Amino acid sequence: MKKLWKGNEAIAEAAVAAGCRYFFGYPITPQNEIPEYLSWRLPEVGGAFIQAESEVSAINMLYGAAGAGARAMTSSSSPGISLKQEGISYIAAAELPCVIVNMMRSGPGLGGIQPAQGDYFQATKGGGHGDYHPIVFAPSSIQEFVDLTYGAFDVADKYRTPVMIIGDGMLGQMMEPAEIPPMRDLKTLPDKNDWAACGHSDGRPRIINSLRIEPDELEAFNEHLFKKYEEITKNETRYEDYLTSDAEIVFVAYGSVARICKAAIVELRAQGIKAGLIRPITLYPYPTEIIAKLAKCDKVKKFVTVEMSMGQMVEDVRLAVNGLKPVEFYGRSGGNVMMPGDLVKYVKEGK
Amino acid sequence: MKIVADKPKMLTETPLHYCPGCTHGIVHRLVAEALEELGKVDGAIGVVPVGCSVFGYKYFRCDVFEAAHGRAPAVASAIRRVVNPDNLIFTYQGDGDLASIGMAETVHACTRGENITIIFINNGIYGMTGGQMAPTTMPGEKATTCIYGRDPKVNGNPIHMCEMLATLTGPAYIERVSCYDVPHVNKAKAAIKKAFQVQMEKKGLSFIEVVANCPTNYHQTPLESMQFVKEKGCSFYPLGVFKDITKEDK
Repeated sequence: MKKLWKGNEAIAEAAVAAGCRYFFGYPITPQNEIPEYLSWRLPEVGGAFIQAESEVSAINMLYGAAGAGARAMTSSSSPGISLKQEGISYIAAAELPCVIVNMMRSGPGLGGIQPAQGDYFQATKGGGHGDYHPIVFAPSSIQEFVDLTYGAFDVADKYRTPVMIIGDGMLGQMMEPAEIPPMRDLKTLPDKNDWAACGHSDGRPRIINSLRIEPDELEAFNEHLFKKYEEITKNETRYEDYLTSDAEIVFVAYGSVARICKAAIVELRAQGIKAGLIRPITLYPYPTEIIAKLAKCDKVKKFVTVEMSMGQMVEDVRLAVNGLKPVEFYGRSGGNVMMPGDLVKYVKEGK
Repeated sequence: MKIVADKPKMLTETPLHYCPGCTHGIVHRLVAEALEELGKVDGAIGVVPVGCSVFGYKYFRCDVFEAAHGRAPAVASAIRRVVNPDNLIFTYQGDGDLASIGMAETVHACTRGENITIIFINNGIYGMTGGQMAPTTMPGEKATTCIYGRDPKVNGNPIHMCEMLATLTGPAYIERVSCYDVPHVNKAKAAIKKAFQVQMEKKGLSFIEVVANCPTNYHQTPLESMQFVKEKGCSFYPLGVFKDITKEDK
């Protein structure tokens, strides 16, 4: 049954439904409803919540819980996610499945608390030190928040890798009807006894570790990680194609901005301009192939990347287009949100 | 031939990498012996730090987490929520790890009263990185980042962890011990064993500080470093029990 859910609370309940029983967080706007909700909800289902002393502690608690084999999550917003980066690198290197939510606000620095997409580089390129990538989901509606959060734990378990869900202050705070999937039976969750360090007594210690001091061992591990990323790219790349079959102008946008683009496309088409949209649902792995394919279409005149940032994802669009067509950028930052009319005007007047 | 002393089964066959004369090996053994005597090796979970004991996961024969620098108490706090309450959980940390970069994690795990045991090795120096000043380097003590000796006016003052943590409500048992001679090794073992017992009785956090040595970075022979710990270390960091709720209960 559909109910009216606030974005942040929908993520929280979807995580519970997915079998997440542990959450570690630290207050920061605009994601506070996630820890607030889980602080009372998790004990109801036999789980636990810790309000950590910092984001640094929270991400390391996630390392502990995930390493002990539990489904666990943390959430924060941009400056707090910066603090978690060291821990995310360790989690990726120790191959621990878990979910991290970033409800992005505007930056850099303390920035502002209004919606933004300025953490694209941080989320998709690794963010912390060393060679790694989390899988990054970018929902654009509350129902998609729910569905991707619900599925994120399975994807994390399948590849033993951290999954990041990025939204923005607008999506986290707004309300929409959404249906939460049924509660997972915990008995059906993947068995992690083989590697999880939950206190064994079978004479075979399980070690959760990211230290590989021998160069050859570390290089072999990095190659193993990147083989895994190849597999993830092959199996998990997701995007939405909206009216590109006859499009001359292709917008590329994710999250809430993609919805603004759709409204602009409807208006542009009413005025006789054929526009379409590629909406990446996974930002890592990136839907490079479909963009490259469209770049080769004669019909397509140009790409317009739209972001609430000074231009970050546009670099991946340029890599995919590979010089075949112009790639333009339209962005707002500081917490400002573009209107569909702004995009219509940009396409028609070039500004 | 009769075997009268053997390596604890909880320690693996991997040769310790510690420098000659370092007391890490002794404390590893004490932890292992205490757990064996209490019958708590099965299901035990260790959390080791960044620093000289970073390879702890190679030495303790139990499930072990290698934590990021200073974060072992946060990692252990989460593990405590997930695993069976009877699984014994301990962290093993040095002074840079616990009292500098991990101060927030240490204080907050202590004040929450997590039912875990923290083993704190205080040798007043960053050993693995080559002898830099630690949060517990004593006034006048030389380090590679205070080559004329720690001057509190320039370098700030060292921290007394047991005294500070004893002001908190959460910890159940806090004791400072040392290993500079056999009687003190025996006392240290009794303290570690008591700390684990406190955890087994679910009384809350237990914290054992070991005033330890670092002959390599003190530029001393093992014997000189033991003498230094006895005379200087243990007078600046007095040994004793700083908190014991098992006594207060009575």
